[in-house]
Amino acid sequence: MSATATATPASPAPVRRKRLLPRLLLGVSAMILLFSVVRTVSGADQLTSVGTISAALGLAVPIGMAALGGLWAERSGVVNIGLEGMMILGTWGAGWAGYQWGPWAGVGMAIAMGAFGGALHAIATVWFGVDHIVSGVAINVLGLGLATYLAAATFVGVPGGGATQSPPIPTMGTVTIPGLSDAMDTLAGKEIFFVSDFAGLIGGLITNVSYITIIAVLLLVATWWLLWKSSFGLRLRSCGEAPYAAESLGVNVYKYKSIAVVASGALAGFGGSYLAIVAAQQYREGQTAGRGYIGLAAMIFGNWRPGGLASGAGLFGYADALQLRNAEAVHALLLVGAIALAAIAILSLRRGSVVSAVVLGGLGAGMLVWYLLTDTVPPQFAFMTPYVTTLLVLSLASQRLRMPAADGQPYRRGAGR
Amino acid sequence: MSGRLGRVVVALVAPLLAIAFAVVVTSIILAFTGHPPFEVFSTMIEYGTRPRTVTLTVNSAITYYLSALAVAIGFKMNLFNIGVDGQYRLAAMLAAAVGGAVSLPAPLHVALIVLVAMAVGAFWAGIAGLLRTSRGVSEVISTIMLNFIATGIVAYLLAPDRLAEPIAGSNNIGTAPIPESGRIPGLSLIPGSSNEVYGFIILAAFVGAAYWFTLSRTRFGFDLRATGANQAAAVASGVNVKKMVVTTMLLSGAVAGLVGMPQLLGASYTYSLDFPAGLGFTGIAIALLGRNSPIGIAFAALLWGFLENSAQILDLEGIPKEIVQIMQGVIVLSVVIAYELVRRWQVRRVASNVGKQLGTADESSPATTGASA
Amino acid sequence: MRAVETAQQAPKAVELRNITKRFPGVVANKDINLAVSRGSVHAIVGENGAGKSTLMKTLYGMHRPDEGEIFVDGQKVVMHSPSDAIEHGIGMVHQHFKLADNFTVLENIILGSEPHRGPALDFAAARERIVRIAADYGLEVDPDALVEDLGVGDRQRVEILKVLYRGARTLILDEPTAVLVPQEVDELFEALGGLKAEGLAILFISHKLDEVLSVADEITVIRRGTTVATVDPKEVTAQQLAELMVGSELPSPETRESTVTETPVLALEGVGLTHDGRALLSDIGFTIHAGEVLGIAGVEGNGQAELVETIMGMRQPTAGTIRLGDSEITSWSTRARREAGIGYIPEDRIRHGLLLEAPLWENRILGHQTLPPSAKGLLLDVKAAKADTERIVAEYDVRTPGIDVLAGALSGGNQQKLIVGREMSSKPRLLIAAHPTRGVDVGAQAGIWDLLRDARANGLAVLLISADLDELIGLSDTLHVILRGRLVAQVDPATVTPEQLGSAMTGAGQRGGTAA
Repeated sequence: MSATATATPASPAPVRRKRLLPRLLLGVSAMILLFSVVRTVSGADQLTSVGTISAALGLAVPIGMAALGGLWAERSGVVNIGLEGMMILGTWGAGWAGYQWGPWAGVGMAIAMGAFGGALHAIATVWFGVDHIVSGVAINVLGLGLATYLAAATFVGVPGGGATQSPPIPTMGTVTIPGLSDAMDTLAGKEIFFVSDFAGLIGGLITNVSYITIIAVLLLVATWWLLWKSSFGLRLRSCGEAPYAAESLGVNVYKYKSIAVVASGALAGFGGSYLAIVAAQQYREGQTAGRGYIGLAAMIFGNWRPGGLASGAGLFGYADALQLRNAEAVHALLLVGAIALAAIAILSLRRGSVVSAVVLGGLGAGMLVWYLLTDTVPPQFAFMTPYVTTLLVLSLASQRLRMPAADGQPYRRGAGR
Repeated sequence: MSGRLGRVVVALVAPLLAIAFAVVVTSIILAFTGHPPFEVFSTMIEYGTRPRTVTLTVNSAITYYLSALAVAIGFKMNLFNIGVDGQYRLAAMLAAAVGGAVSLPAPLHVALIVLVAMAVGAFWAGIAGLLRTSRGVSEVISTIMLNFIATGIVAYLLAPDRLAEPIAGSNNIGTAPIPESGRIPGLSLIPGSSNEVYGFIILAAFVGAAYWFTLSRTRFGFDLRATGANQAAAVASGVNVKKMVVTTMLLSGAVAGLVGMPQLLGASYTYSLDFPAGLGFTGIAIALLGRNSPIGIAFAALLWGFLENSAQILDLEGIPKEIVQIMQGVIVLSVVIAYELVRRWQVRRVASNVGKQLGTADESSPATTGASA
Repeated sequence: MRAVETAQQAPKAVELRNITKRFPGVVANKDINLAVSRGSVHAIVGENGAGKSTLMKTLYGMHRPDEGEIFVDGQKVVMHSPSDAIEHGIGMVHQHFKLADNFTVLENIILGSEPHRGPALDFAAARERIVRIAADYGLEVDPDALVEDLGVGDRQRVEILKVLYRGARTLILDEPTAVLVPQEVDELFEALGGLKAEGLAILFISHKLDEVLSVADEITVIRRGTTVATVDPKEVTAQQLAELMVGSELPSPETRESTVTETPVLALEGVGLTHDGRALLSDIGFTIHAGEVLGIAGVEGNGQAELVETIMGMRQPTAGTIRLGDSEITSWSTRARREAGIGYIPEDRIRHGLLLEAPLWENRILGHQTLPPSAKGLLLDVKAAKADTERIVAEYDVRTPGIDVLAGALSGGNQQKLIVGREMSSKPRLLIAAHPTRGVDVGAQAGIWDLLRDARANGLAVLLISADLDELIGLSDTLHVILRGRLVAQVDPATVTPEQLGSAMTGAGQRGGTAA
């Protein structure tokens, strides 16, 4: 039984990567066009403002790092549901080291705490052969409990701190490309169709970018290179595709799985450091808010590849940013949803699946009606945006995905046929 | 094969080992943070064995028991219903609202509330089941997402002009209080204690019995266990897996809906802002500890209740009561490892027993022991 | 039987002395002695469960022997893992291919021995080397093809290239012809001849005696975990070898009188199955009558599994009808079909036929949980199920200490006997038997054949799918050949030879004699 998705291996071979770049550009342009239209129609300028995009990029980091962590683990054949717990440990680590010795110490401690969680998961699943999901759930319980206890034990009595929060962490710098950033900001403000939205996108990507974000992007690239261009990566991936084949060729499967799972925890912890150091500037109980799980969804959406999961993280990060910054813009998002669903419904019809088309069309129509009949979305519903988005995206995307062949399966040395 | 007694002993070894290990780890952490472990534990035990605390423990345990059963139903089918939390809160809220809005003779009123709760819980879990069978979305992620969505819905509805009204004398708001006919009286089960055990305990015991009976004595239960153990074989034996997944999620959600009932019908009579939260995750831990068996879960629920309630005294002594959460976390993680080790040892022992008794050098044995021809 | 004179002075490529290996409750190898010369093919024969595979795993470093020594080219070696074996020039081509479907041929071959250029993987160098080796030994493959897309013969070639890439001088081939048809076997033997000429030593494990006699230079017989004899194939017959292997006469599956009646039990007409644009089954039509065994021969992967799943109701056909007796069952669920009297012995008993961690009596219920004796209304009838399980264990000679034993603890042969007993006990009208004697030792195999023959005489209709050509020819009344999802030929089991059958299975006859 697969843990993260019962993906049906639909197509015989994955699409060759030659036509990637033009398709990517086309997709991005379509998205900008869609948002441009909706912005003009609804008047919600925040949809594509520099501020929103900037926040979206930032919030994509914890989700993306969790997703990257999930990728490392699952590519080696271990399902890691415990990312949330490891991220929580990371936030505590960032808070505790951060307020005492500065943000970079916080980053280091967060990575260490996350790696510790990863190590526990590795011991349970790789060495003892416990079911991956059961262990992940147990780590979530343990991570939450440990972080809560440590917070109460270390932050109470310290000025600015308390049982549920750490004292403030000194700010970490950000990077902005000077001239270009201002130019984009001005252009975005002019409200010109398509151009302003494009400017908003570019501006958001180059304004007030935290160092953690930059490191995150570098980690993405490094992961791609490591896992697909080096022998370390080939062996690690073989553990997730055919561990007994790897074993028969002398690959130490236990070693690679353990490394992968610890790395997975470290990445989740690193993602947590963003939440504590950049987003809230302190440790706060509950600040992960399910992002570890959303990260898993981004990984699935990305078909277990770094590029794909980056776009998934971006998508969910955007939903996250919108509801945090501007509940009014969430209302406009309904229109985006309605149009997108309608488009997918039409595609579905062309492919011959009438039932899907009807269901999607109905959902899209419902969203449109909701949009037209209301002016705003109540804050409690806005809060749901990232979670509903995750559900919708997973439901729509699940069919064409292919996870590593031995993902989630127990492996014991010498047990192959 | 060892006899009944042997099997009981083996079943106890893992959890006892896990608890012992957790005590050791917790002691280390306590000592490290400046609190002498022995004193902490003895304070907890002293406080925890007072009649009043025992009643509180039992009451907590009833709720945990139901939550764990809901999770266990899923586990038996290899489904992970992490959404018990959202299911029970949504169910409790809507059931409380319905209960406060109508007036019926006593048994019917209670029945209505309970049925509404079960229906809402089932529906909420059913969404995840449907998404899994129709779109292949993992129920792990979908139930977690639904938890958050349920939080949003409950928050939205729990407002003065929707389903709730302000409660006099506090900042709290809650659903309209359930009248007398919808309440379940408590039972004075613990001698020497001034408070009562929730009356719902009877229904909870019944649910446990039904769980055991359904799983081990009915055709449906056999199908469920077979699908969880080996889906391919179950399909070959005639099970319709899609139907099974949805049915199991519905059942799990229905039991999840009951989780809020002991509290609702026995103490608070309204769903308000401070209705207990997080009970769904506790259920997962207890189901793991009790290994999905109704008796095991009962003991695990009592243990958990004891830990939770006896820790309340720690605050007064200046010890963060979250230490208990660490203990719980360590117990959960170590018990799953311990169960796996015990299971493997058992399989090896049975294989070698069979080999000895048959006296054959028969090596075309399948690779359950790792020894293959 | 005369032993081969060890007259050669050059050190043997591989020598095993007094190898013993034990597992919990079982002695798999005892006092094995074996010597293989360079530039020769040395065959190891023995029945299922004799200890051949365990021995080879020891030689390949997958586990350490409890006693005994291994010598490679005259030097004593101790191997802790396959990496050590690879370093000593030993390569193993497994019976069950160890390939990653989602990787390319190249990635599968270089895994664990990747060439570098600085920190990066040197794909170009790897490709060049693979192409060169493939050309040298006549084992052509496309390095960039996904293994998933390759057929069985090609996959085996990839396995062989894997070991040659690592400079193996000694090859171990574990039942290499189990999944090949006669023409592919010839190709393999030709390749082996080439390898032999290059000075490689080849260890060839098989239980197919005629093949072994045609290709081996020396044969060692293993029985019940120990070496019984080492013989020269030129001086021994298949019959004598068989008797050495078993210690007694080999049974044969031959059937005598016909029990075929006129009553149709299963009738397929125009059945087709398309998935994702690919036709898995096309225009399948046949009728099985009561008392008839209809066999379907074919290379694995030509639609047999899909056919079985379609008849069982696990897949819905996209065209055609299926009739069971008088009823049309095309849209019926699996459960309904089972209740109507279809029994099923699955090809993979562990995946489709058993709950390994459940006791035997619960496994007896599996597949029959809605009918007596396992069920009474909506409830399970545990007492009756247990009693019936005892009966099955006795009647079908399932060797087990009791019915509360977990199914996973039984040997493969006993598991299969339990399954056969379970399926027969529901008095089916139609029995689907997919590879019913796979992985079963010779004694149990004879027993299962007898059971099938008896049931057939009592009016049972049997659909027999098998890769064992002797089993098919011996048991079937009617014999069809399936190729690429179509029934392409019907042959007379009374007169056809395994070679002719093999031809039809690969379609050689269709295309005017050219082998696939």
